[in-house]
Amino acid sequence: MSVRVLFLGKLSDLAGAERDMDAPLDWAGLLENLPAGAKALVEGEKVRLALNGTLLADKTALQAEDGSEIALLPPVSGG
Amino acid sequence: MKDVRLFDTGFSAGEGLARFAQAVPDAGGIVSFVGKVRAEQDVKALELSHYEPLTLPGMEALADRALERWALDGLMIWHRVGIMQPGAPIVLVSAGARHRRDAFEAVDFAMDHLKSDAWFWKRERRSDGWHWIEPRGQDHNDLSRWDILTEQD
Repeated sequence: MSVRVLFLGKLSDLAGAERDMDAPLDWAGLLENLPAGAKALVEGEKVRLALNGTLLADKTALQAEDGSEIALLPPVSGG
Repeated sequence: MKDVRLFDTGFSAGEGLARFAQAVPDAGGIVSFVGKVRAEQDVKALELSHYEPLTLPGMEALADRALERWALDGLMIWHRVGIMQPGAPIVLVSAGARHRRDAFEAVDFAMDHLKSDAWFWKRERRSDGWHWIEPRGQDHNDLSRWDILTEQD
């Protein structure tokens, strides 16, 4: 029963490229499982969150079930 | 005709152009842009990472917008991910159209959007290790040109 959490861009330096967390997982549960440096960035408005490949308009409304994939996306640096 | 791809190994811009030219035989003109890893002091390599569930659909949607906005015979967007050396091609955008202005503008539009709001993260390796590249203000200024043009249309 787990959720895969992917860390893109510089978030991967702070939390590793990916982590598995216990399902079900909501916003508070996600933040609890992050190292302090990553937590501060993820809480900020610049980091977007995708659940199963779809961006959430409000990341704090996160409800991830077993087998879900969460991607944490810092501002892009462009192609 | 639309050809949007991500490559995790090197591609040949010359082969891409030849293939595209064959796919739009009736175009009166083809405009192409090749973006390469800039050779800069102390930059040993560039790494581009992406999140495939968003990155590729985002590029497809960008191509669709360009195809809607200009009268094009075809549009090609090829983009690299992974680790590249200076001089290697990162991106190839080609547009074929009856008239050159449509092709020039569509390529410029696609590049401005790829540079500022496509789902890519970049870091470069220098002698003291890897450094993430932050978003550039200039890229957002380039992007806003198109919003102004839309309002005028």
